[in-house]
Amino acid sequence: MSFDDWLLALHVLSAFAYIGGIVLFWVLIVAVRTTDTPAGTIRMEPIVKVGNAAVGIGAVGTLLLGIWLAFKLDSYAIWDAWIIAAFVLWAISGALGQRTGATYMQGMNKAKELDSAGQAGANTELLALNRTSNGVVLHTVVSVAALLLVLDMIFKPWA
Amino acid sequence: MSVLAFIRENRLDFPLFLHVLGAMILVGGLLTGASSLGFARGDVRFLRLGYWSLLAVTLPGWILMRAGGEWIASREGWTKKGVPTPTWLDIGFLLADIGGLILLVSLIVGGVGVYRLREGKGAGLLKATLWLSLLLLAAYLVAAWAMAGKPD
Repeated sequence: MSFDDWLLALHVLSAFAYIGGIVLFWVLIVAVRTTDTPAGTIRMEPIVKVGNAAVGIGAVGTLLLGIWLAFKLDSYAIWDAWIIAAFVLWAISGALGQRTGATYMQGMNKAKELDSAGQAGANTELLALNRTSNGVVLHTVVSVAALLLVLDMIFKPWA
Repeated sequence: MSVLAFIRENRLDFPLFLHVLGAMILVGGLLTGASSLGFARGDVRFLRLGYWSLLAVTLPGWILMRAGGEWIASREGWTKKGVPTPTWLDIGFLLADIGGLILLVSLIVGGVGVYRLREGKGAGLLKATLWLSLLLLAAYLVAAWAMAGKPD
């Protein structure tokens, strides 16, 4: 395997981490909708950290290795329309992903607040925060942007 | 040369998209399943979440990935008898098929484990499912590396 092959393989593995993280958050979004206790919400934190690590490594890896590949390979140029489209989709997905995280962290913070106040039972306010429709819409847009990114990488329109 | 092979003919784009999307869903499902089972610490809700992630996310991802892979191999003529196949394809098929078998075993073992949880028994079988899903995650990351890097 040449150095370029390694770069491409790591770029693709980063994309797997990124989309894998998005899939993980979908499962958590479904699971948290029926979670109304502080303990149940707080229990999700280590899984959220795994998802954050996957998305973070994936986002940075795809971008840096993608730029490196675009400069290194003669067949691609950084100003190719499909590469510009990829940057735009990456930025949309990343920015909205951060907003999604912030939206769901409201539930996590509320759960910690209730837990430290010694309230262990079901809480309607916590359930409402965990069921945020704003978060679902944001994560849907993030997922669509990521899906378009994969389509763009494979079909390479205007290349 | 192998990087140039990445610039494929358009007729392979759609099956490749299905193959890659399936593989990404598969990896995401394994990541979720393994994390939920690993961090459950005996919590029945999270043990179930881990198992259902494997069943409802990983399995459909595997089917999509395998079907897309077979479609590409068939279009390239690699499924015909006597046609030599590249090493990276052999690695991919081997890991996909053995992985599929291990996934099936982990789902059966995990299914019995979830049933035993309902009966108030231990989560030992789901621990086995956790280790199998971690093994699968590692194997499929190697497969993704082989598919993308295409070693000779």
